[in-house]
Amino acid sequence: MNKLFNKGIRLPVLLLITAALLAGCKQGGKRSKDEGAVSIPGGSAAIYDDIKQAERIFYTLPSPLESAMLIKSAGAVFNEGLLNPVENTRNYLTNRSRALNLGIYTCDLSFASLYDQTQLIIDYMNAAKAMADGLGILDAIADADLDRLEENIHDTETIMDIISQTYLNSSSYLEDNGQPAMAAIILAGGWIEGLYLSTQLVDMNNFRGNRLVGRIVDQKLSVDILLNLLNDNKGHPVIDELILQVAKIKKVFDKVTLTTSQVQPEYDQAADATVLKSETDADITPEVFRELSSVVTEIRNSFIK
Amino acid sequence: MRSARIIPLIIITLLLPALSVNGQCKAFAKKICLPELGSYTHDGNYHAAVLNEGEEAELFKTFYSDMEYRLSVAGEENLPPVEFTVYDADSNVLYSNKENGLAGTWDFRLESSQQLRFSIRVPTASQQGSTPAGGCVAIMFGFRIK
Repeated sequence: MNKLFNKGIRLPVLLLITAALLAGCKQGGKRSKDEGAVSIPGGSAAIYDDIKQAERIFYTLPSPLESAMLIKSAGAVFNEGLLNPVENTRNYLTNRSRALNLGIYTCDLSFASLYDQTQLIIDYMNAAKAMADGLGILDAIADADLDRLEENIHDTETIMDIISQTYLNSSSYLEDNGQPAMAAIILAGGWIEGLYLSTQLVDMNNFRGNRLVGRIVDQKLSVDILLNLLNDNKGHPVIDELILQVAKIKKVFDKVTLTTSQVQPEYDQAADATVLKSETDADITPEVFRELSSVVTEIRNSFIK
Repeated sequence: MRSARIIPLIIITLLLPALSVNGQCKAFAKKICLPELGSYTHDGNYHAAVLNEGEEAELFKTFYSDMEYRLSVAGEENLPPVEFTVYDADSNVLYSNKENGLAGTWDFRLESSQQLRFSIRVPTASQQGSTPAGGCVAIMFGFRIK
């Protein structure tokens, strides 16, 4: 034993044990029981009060594809001028900027795909690929995906399927390779971009009863999830910076009223689906909306610099 | 000199199972869980973990009133059928697959947007004293416009 731990190999052996322990911790994403206690900065969402001692907790945000779908379903019109120009890809040389802009470009790509913007779909898929490649995410977006995209450029469903697959490849690669913080940064970038596009597309002359405003107010429900996701990765410098930025958004959302009556599940036999029946009372003033839009724009513009 | 050759081998031997199990979960999620979403568009998010019998995972997500959703939950073959329960923000039970033949999918829509909590549990089927089975459990969501 003493021979094994001679000076020459003590460090490598120590590194080996550390690496093995780290790998063991990542496997399956197990959490210690104490980690189950979640705190939401400045918040008190009741849903988190009853967290069990689960082995693994997932905080999941609307994906870029889902965000884009929400924007389109609310009747918003497409505006290319709001997207992060693909020429900016050359400016993103750090993992921080690449991860944030992978989320942002994926959201822009999803937005373009739902409005049949064929050339933009190809351009933004290439921009997303450049970010994924820069992060070392192997085969997140393969050349075969780009070929399939071009071959099906007028088939929205196939394009959505390709976007979904490439997003899944990126997040699963990072989660499975011990980089959950990087995966969380991509999610945050995509969510902020979705919120940015939504707030910019609201017609302030048609504010009351605007469906898009309703979808934006709904994002109040996701702010705490995002903060919990970021808190799970606290200590990473980019994550710590994001926590402060998202806290600013939460502060504005705290001024928005959103109350829901008790949810009543009912089975719809014809659709073979459960309907969760409830009523919501939401209120946001134009002033608070402008404040939200301003805070989100400031943060988003700091990401794409 | 000999140890210089042995140490990298030990590192690879120790790290390989961890990486292969994780890669296996991704492949399992894509091959088994994803197809169950059928005509719904997968949202692109990845949730998979290795769970042992008796262990559980929880998932938080916001769902929107404009959409229809399908949840797909799958566990590896060596595990007993996975149970899941859906709660609202006040921890009221909205759905449990235990009362629906341990179905692996659940279709739902909402009249107003809600944040929901999903509790996913691998029940204990092994006999007392034996090693509990462990394997990948994947959770995926699909959506479509109403």
